[in-house]
Amino acid sequence: MRRLRTWGPGLLLVSPSIILVGIFVYGLIGLNVQTSLAETRDRITNRITNPGGVANYLNLLGDDRYQHALWNLLVLTVVFMVGTMLFGLLWAVLLERGVTGEGAFRSIYLFPMAISFVAAGVAWRWLLSPAQGPDQAIGLNQLFLKLGMPWLQSSWWSSDSSFNMAAMAIPAIWQLSGYIMALFLAGFRGISDDQREAARVDGASEWQLYRYVLFPQVSPVALSALIILGHMSMKMFDLIYSIAGANSYTAEVPATFMWIQLFPQSNPTGAAANATVILAIVAIVVIPYLIYTNHTEKDGRA
Amino acid sequence: MTITADTLTASPVSAPRHGRRRITPMKTVQFLLLLAFACAVLIPLYVVLVTSFKGGADVSAATAWDLPHIFSTEGWSSAITRLAPALGRSLVLAISAAVLSSILGSLNGYVFAKWKFPGADIVFTAFLFGMFIPYQAVMIPLQKMLLEIQTHGFAWIDGIPKLILVHTIYGIPICTLIFRNYYATAVPTEILEAARVDGAGMLRVYWSIVLPVSIPGFVVTLIWQFTSAWNDFLFALFLTSPRNGPVTYALQELAGGQNPDYPSIMAGVLVASLPTLLVYIALGRYFISGLMSGSVK
Repeated sequence: MRRLRTWGPGLLLVSPSIILVGIFVYGLIGLNVQTSLAETRDRITNRITNPGGVANYLNLLGDDRYQHALWNLLVLTVVFMVGTMLFGLLWAVLLERGVTGEGAFRSIYLFPMAISFVAAGVAWRWLLSPAQGPDQAIGLNQLFLKLGMPWLQSSWWSSDSSFNMAAMAIPAIWQLSGYIMALFLAGFRGISDDQREAARVDGASEWQLYRYVLFPQVSPVALSALIILGHMSMKMFDLIYSIAGANSYTAEVPATFMWIQLFPQSNPTGAAANATVILAIVAIVVIPYLIYTNHTEKDGRA
Repeated sequence: MTITADTLTASPVSAPRHGRRRITPMKTVQFLLLLAFACAVLIPLYVVLVTSFKGGADVSAATAWDLPHIFSTEGWSSAITRLAPALGRSLVLAISAAVLSSILGSLNGYVFAKWKFPGADIVFTAFLFGMFIPYQAVMIPLQKMLLEIQTHGFAWIDGIPKLILVHTIYGIPICTLIFRNYYATAVPTEILEAARVDGAGMLRVYWSIVLPVSIPGFVVTLIWQFTSAWNDFLFALFLTSPRNGPVTYALQELAGGQNPDYPSIMAGVLVASLPTLLVYIALGRYFISGLMSGSVK
């Protein structure tokens, strides 16, 4: 009874949130899985549209359109993650060494992060216009012509290439590199100056200083950054919808295909299965990460 | 990346001076590189700004990258007229959602940091997972459930109230995380123990000891939630219509027309981004703290 009095009020105070998160996160995920397993029939012809159970998932995974969306997602994710990490790290290294106007550079690099994907997408839709040649080109293609670099023109994400989604990663890299820079910068700034001095006294070159002293210490930051970027990429919707429009097959990823399934195709069962797969991919990465950080946090306290 | 009292009071990315150094060729290269990257990052902003001030006749594909020949604010006035109602709705949405989830986050963070109950850590981790879920995975039943509520006596839960509800709830995990980490370092447990010994109850301790030092935590969660509710498009698209939705939805409609009116579209981009940009410019330090907490620990 005494123990209850000490922790009872705490539990009571959090209970509204526990109930809300319980229903809106876990309850709804459960309902979504349930929806995804349903057997459905066409209202008019009574033909089976979703066989029900695991077969719904097998159908989805076997669907050419879905596989195309998965491939697009893979290309987008790889280019986006590599590009963002590269620019983020490069900017952080350039800035952490101290430079005139550091604050201004930092603010400029980070500002795209404050803008919505929709607003950025509207601007990038124009920048990545596919038209080429002196009479047609607008956006970046025209800029390249003006700069005398016509060979840089591209149809961007509209191209027939199976790697077209690499172009869709450009606006995403633009938006998030500053964020990754800020993460790395905080990491570098957390390392005491003594270590740099010690390494320099020992005769380490700048490269060795980074390679053996600084980079190993920011590797937890790199892990966090990769997880954040990875899960953002899996659910990226706004940007693609805003740049390519609601119905683009060329730029389709599972998250946008889900919208197509739900509305134009009126197939909530398929859409729910698709959404469950997105969740599963995210969970496979995030859950071990949450457990890992939980452990390291405890070790740190001990 | 823990949000502590330290990271909030001192900018997490501000420079400790490594000692003044001479201007070397290396430094110059470094500066020029940074400058080149900064220009590249600003290209979209340049285009949007320049185009937004062009008059109807001034907009031709051939001169898209030039400065406006005739300076015109037509685009701006048309964008503001068309986006004004949605701007107001977004403001109500973002402020309400930010305040509500910050209050819940503060109470939860207090309990998870200082008033733990058995199993609190497991519940907390379960909350954290809620921060990472792709919202697509709840969207279909969510849409259905909210429609049910709406048609069963709560007709007013539509448009903005609907989004306030959704953003408040899905904002609970991150606000709880920010406050828990903040309280863990900002409020010494000894003081709380002393107050408890003196007979103060949990809420009394919260009200008179914890809440007064919570302002930095609130600034971070308010900014974070304001920005994410303002910038959201996914929930808006699935749960509202252009008639009662937020500004991201209205902008998408404005930009999606058959005959694009570029000056007003580009002005619309700026109008729709201005509140979050202002927050970023005025309170950048706290904005960054919020971003950092997105990386969990």
